Amino acid sequence: MCIAVPGQIKSITGGDPMELRGVVDFGGVEREIMLSFAPEAKIGDWVLVHAGFAITIIDEDSARQTLADFDQILGEADANGEPH
Amino acid sequence: MKYIDEYRDADAVGRLADRLATEVTRPWTIMEICGGQTHAIVRFGIDELLPDGVTLVHGPGCPVCVTSAATIDAALDLAARPDVIFCSFGDMLRVPGSKMDLLTIRAGGGDVRTVYSPMDAVGIAQDNPEKKVVFFAIGFETTAPTTAMAVYYAARENIGNFSLLVSHVLVIPAMEAILSSPESSINGFLAAGHVCTVTGYNAYHAVAEKYRTPIVVTGFEPLDLMRGIYACVRQLESGKYEVDNQYARAVRPEGNIPALNTIDRVFEICDREWRGLGTIPHSGLKLKNEYAGHDAELIFNVKPVISAESSVCISGRILQGAAKPPQCPAFGKQCTPEHPLGATMVSSEGACAAYYRYRPSHNRKE
Repeated sequence: MCIAVPGQIKSITGGDPMELRGVVDFGGVEREIMLSFAPEAKIGDWVLVHAGFAITIIDEDSARQTLADFDQILGEADANGEPH
Repeated sequence: MKYIDEYRDADAVGRLADRLATEVTRPWTIMEICGGQTHAIVRFGIDELLPDGVTLVHGPGCPVCVTSAATIDAALDLAARPDVIFCSFGDMLRVPGSKMDLLTIRAGGGDVRTVYSPMDAVGIAQDNPEKKVVFFAIGFETTAPTTAMAVYYAARENIGNFSLLVSHVLVIPAMEAILSSPESSINGFLAAGHVCTVTGYNAYHAVAEKYRTPIVVTGFEPLDLMRGIYACVRQLESGKYEVDNQYARAVRPEGNIPALNTIDRVFEICDREWRGLGTIPHSGLKLKNEYAGHDAELIFNVKPVISAESSVCISGRILQGAAKPPQCPAFGKQCTPEHPLGATMVSSEGACAAYYRYRPSHNRKE
């Protein structure tokens, strides 16, 4: 139910936050969604979309950091000779 | 980055589980709150990768499941009215009230429509001025801003034939109800990442402190889930009980301020009955008085009714993490996704339905 799907903003229309909309590309399928809760979003940003609204802008640096942290944890495991 | 595939690396997930096994010295029980996470955990077999001693129990975070049978009965009454177009997220159509579901009402001629967004229901109201359009507003804090915006917009644009049947629920009161239960065996929580995109996690610090329980904000992909579990176990092993954000790409400490402001503008906190759990104080949202003209309960004079729940079903204990689906005598026998007896079988995000679908060896149909 609280599923939110990542997609990339292709275009933005409207100025009033209640009318602020964007076209978002979900892996090839484009859909118009509301940007009322992500008014600072820009074209090219990735957002998580739930029930027709962008609820957060995905932070690319944090996303990359998460993967880097992961590599580090597993790297430590490898260095300690622990099993794969 | 596509923000999905990178977090589904099965080899990395397995290696992190192996790493976790080297760090566990005692048994730990961790609850994931969110039904979406329960579904992903069972689907991807995350729980089966965990070392002995680390147990996941599944929480009450499926709003479809916990919507009370009485509220569903009220929805069925409204949906059957000839002057009403009843709009709902698709998940709710098969959920039984005490006797039937919305699909049955539709088959009987009721105008029941599935919408992707509450704003679509506002559009239906604009297109059908002769009808009363009711949207079934269920969900946690993730969904509440979207229904709040729909009603706020309808009020601003004088769309008087649009109303909400509200059954929103809040996460923290449910967590506290579970932690306070004498049956609780929970050592740590995975907090629902998408709820936290809206609420942030500042409010969790008091809960972690009060119950001395670590809370890890966790995402939904296999790698996110394993990371959340790993971070939670590390805290438990070192005696910590902090709030940790392992879903930083989507969640900020303060949450989504415009979304929170929209909730506050339209809704106020109320007591709420949860299917399988009973009434939890201050655990729901209802429309403020100034939106009474868009409140379906008031417009249609919905009377509170007591709706009976199955006596065999143990969904209340499952929702609190005190039992697992295969322990229920009805699981896979009288109770299946086609004929659910209780909360946790009614939606694909319920723990029983997830086990039924992804763990056929547990299905005990005779």
